[in-house]
Amino acid sequence: MLGLVTPLASGNRKVKKMSEPSSSAAAKISSFALLVIFLTLALSLVALILAINVLYTPNQEPSVAGYLLLIGFLGVALSTYVLLQTRKRIKRLRIKTPPVITTVECRKCGFKNIRDFQRGDYIFKEVEPCEKCKENTLITAIYREVKEKRKKTRF
Amino acid sequence: MNEMATITALQNQIMQEPFGEYSWILNVLIYVFFFVFMFYGQKINTYIMLREVEGSLYKLKYIKDKGRKKAIEAIKEIGKAETDPTARVDRFLEYFTIAPKSLDPAGIVGKLEHILDVRETRFKDDVKLMAPEADRTQINNLENTLEAAMALNFIYKIIRHFYLLGKKTLSLYIIMQLQMILPLVMREAEAYANALKAFAEGQPIGDGVGALVAARLTQGHPTRIIAKDCIAATVPLEGRTAYVVKAEGPGGNVGKPGEAVKTVIEENEGKIATIIMVDAALKLEGEEVGEIAEGVGAAIGGPGVDQFKIEESILEHRIPINAVIIKEDIGDAVSPMRKEIFEAVDKAIERIKQVILEKTKEGDKVIIVGVGNTIGIGQ
Ligand SMILES: [Zn+2]
Repeated sequence: MLGLVTPLASGNRKVKKMSEPSSSAAAKISSFALLVIFLTLALSLVALILAINVLYTPNQEPSVAGYLLLIGFLGVALSTYVLLQTRKRIKRLRIKTPPVITTVECRKCGFKNIRDFQRGDYIFKEVEPCEKCKENTLITAIYREVKEKRKKTRF
Repeated sequence: MNEMATITALQNQIMQEPFGEYSWILNVLIYVFFFVFMFYGQKINTYIMLREVEGSLYKLKYIKDKGRKKAIEAIKEIGKAETDPTARVDRFLEYFTIAPKSLDPAGIVGKLEHILDVRETRFKDDVKLMAPEADRTQINNLENTLEAAMALNFIYKIIRHFYLLGKKTLSLYIIMQLQMILPLVMREAEAYANALKAFAEGQPIGDGVGALVAARLTQGHPTRIIAKDCIAATVPLEGRTAYVVKAEGPGGNVGKPGEAVKTVIEENEGKIATIIMVDAALKLEGEEVGEIAEGVGAAIGGPGVDQFKIEESILEHRIPINAVIIKEDIGDAVSPMRKEIFEAVDKAIERIKQVILEKTKEGDKVIIVGVGNTIGIGQ
């Protein structure tokens, strides 16, 4: 839900216009959530500063400092974790599209031309004459190349 | 005595240490937490699950809206209609198909086929009205695009239904079921979203690898229409005569391979040495994309009409049937063809030749069926 805002906002304006009600609702929730996260972060930082203060002032119980430190670290850890999690979700939501590549080949001289896919291309379509021998060329391949990191498992 | 006193004093000190005399508040809080979780743990769980489902539902809505918009854009761009197709598209997205009654299953395949034919004709007529300028290939592609948008719309509606039902009843079991299947549903929705894009552009998809194998074999040989949306070519292969069958490209359609195989068998009066079917198949997690496997049986998906027909016609003449499959996952099957899958075509052809050499004699006749959506693949 949080992650939905950014692709809509960063995408083109048309997309935003299309689903305005949902995007504005999502934006409201997300800004509220962000506020909470940053408030937690600020409060826990205050707790940490207080803890250091207590530690360095004489005649104070050191255990109070301990509690404050605990609260401070927990707060910082929690808020950064949530923040990172939302970032990750935003990244995951962005639909990535690797480019689709068309290979045009000359039957006669084997001249190969690799370009981006254009609407109307199809495999085994005869297209523009060859640059070298003026023979008609043929689209022999259309594919997309996915570069995925493969997680190594033992199986 | 003395020791006891020290211990008690120490205990008091420890208990009171952080908050002095207010330490009982901490105690009460701990008890409150304990009881709240004991009695309301399930409710809290339910709410957390509901939130999770809500998040996915937002994403589904986004995907669905984007799909609808893409479809409308494609129709406007290709069809060049004078009127705005939006209203018609919205109506199209709500179309439904009722499967024939299976109470008395005899003859159901014919009924199913008829219903599917009616559906297809209706869809194509509608697309023609939406996009009057589109040619046959483009109409097929637009029809596929709209069907993908329809599937997305349907998925969104079903998930929304159960989400709202769960919210209304606050039944853990409704929400839990939904939450459990959501990862798979989301995967499917993403696959459809990718498919929609590929269909709108007319790009070959992973599912078309079977058709591509057939297209490679028919290259340079004359083709003829053998059944509705299906072509065949007679190709000499390893000293045998191969009848290569595939859907007619490059528009998006799967043709009627069942009908085509039946016709070829009848033309040859049943004298076919073997049938080899090539198709994309869903891989299991852990298998490689583009892996090739071999087996027997009619390798063809869909509603089952074509599989039934092929099995019927080979039974009559006791024709052996072999299958070569190319493995890919659901996402790869409906998105633009991956390089690994494209490269598997050569390997599949090698396998086919091997099967022909091993299972038939020189001069025999074989049928090779390239199954799959032939979008973006000519012949
Ligand atoms: Zn050339």
